[in-house]
Amino acid sequence: MTAWERFLETFFKPELMVQYWPDILEGVVVTVQIAAAVVVTGLALGLMLASVRAYQVRFLNLFIVIFVDVFRALPPLVAILLIYFGLPNIDIVLPSFAVLWLVLSFVLAAFAEEIFWAGITSTPKGQWEAARSTGLTFSQTLLSVVLPQAIRLGIPPLTNRTIAITKNTALGTVIGVSEILSQATSAQAFTGNATPLMMGALAYIILFIPIVAVGRWIETRFAWRRA
Amino acid sequence: MPILTISGLRKSFGTTEVLKGIDLSVSNRELVFIIGPSGSGKSTLLRCINRLEEPTGGGIAFDGVEVTDRSTDLNALRRSMGMVFQSFNLYPHMTALANVTLALRKVLKKSRDEADAIGREALAKVGLSDKTASYPSELSGGQQQRVAIARALALDPKIVLFDEPTSALDPELVGSVLAVMRDLKAGGMTMLVVSHELRFARDAADRVIFMDQGHIVEEGPPSAIFNEPREARTRAFVAGLLR
Repeated sequence: MTAWERFLETFFKPELMVQYWPDILEGVVVTVQIAAAVVVTGLALGLMLASVRAYQVRFLNLFIVIFVDVFRALPPLVAILLIYFGLPNIDIVLPSFAVLWLVLSFVLAAFAEEIFWAGITSTPKGQWEAARSTGLTFSQTLLSVVLPQAIRLGIPPLTNRTIAITKNTALGTVIGVSEILSQATSAQAFTGNATPLMMGALAYIILFIPIVAVGRWIETRFAWRRA
Repeated sequence: MPILTISGLRKSFGTTEVLKGIDLSVSNRELVFIIGPSGSGKSTLLRCINRLEEPTGGGIAFDGVEVTDRSTDLNALRRSMGMVFQSFNLYPHMTALANVTLALRKVLKKSRDEADAIGREALAKVGLSDKTASYPSELSGGQQQRVAIARALALDPKIVLFDEPTSALDPELVGSVLAVMRDLKAGGMTMLVVSHELRFARDAADRVIFMDQGHIVEEGPPSAIFNEPREARTRAFVAGLLR
């Protein structure tokens, strides 16, 4: 067996590819579902926290800052393990996909909050004054004038961050969420061959390259022309 | 009967007192010009009137309402006071029409159609009927400032406060904004204007106020302030402007 044949046998064994592609596809579906849920709830929660922070209520802001700093500092894997293996001890049992979804949402929310908050604070004071001088309330000004600008300002840094965090769905494998990597590793364990892992890697690439491309498109599309 | 009466108005930022007891009244349909060196408190005075700045002391009565009362509905009050800023402060993510109609829809709760009709009328008044769909970044400085004036006018205010409305404009664009202000004056709008446009003050102002270091130093008709000021400080400042 030549080296080249051994390489193909290890990473691209045709029989295994045929046998395991349905499993990998199942994993893709799970990954997409969790990633989509994380993006929606993470960004929504981040935007909500940044908006609440704008009201400058001291104890709420303290809570928000602590939440944000904790989830930016903590490796997601540690949070996942802590919640998945810790909470059952106080009789809270969450399904593994829920733990993965919650933790990644919180991590994305923490980063998104900081990005949206930066957008809110960098919106010129004159925008607030113009709106307030026409009789708009604080909330109306925040909602109609400041947030649209803050969100737009936040989109380029957010796309990168969102992609980075959705890739962390692979961490679900350690608590048995049947996403791509989990399917691939269990197939690898059965077969003693790296082909399923290679299929998993290809699945990630096929899944995320379009997302990265869309991210780049969004970044240029929303490059802000300042008046 | 004045529509605006300011008495003993004081404002401090930290330990720096910027307004040191201002007394000023403005009558209905009057155009009052405020001039003075930078740091004299002109802008702060204007911004205290609609409480963008919180006065430290004194009183402001506007159209029968005590502005500084805690119980005063500030948002209702601000609807009847237009304000035009040096830096325009248009909302960059909205068209000219949307800039003008935002408060109509959110504050006065008008329907989109009704608000748009009022907005178009206001933009026509400032000569921008053809720019309703333009974004601020697509407009010249003079056009942006006229949109900002239309935004103030759309709410049908009883007074418009102008805070250096032409200072950020290229010289060739100043005229279009002043022309709009002249029209407003002719239409009977009450206006309080902080500006250094001397020629405009001479032509259009009913009264000129000279402020320095937080005080009103001198006031009178434009001819008196510009041609024969009584106070040495006024004389020095006016001479500097005319040079």
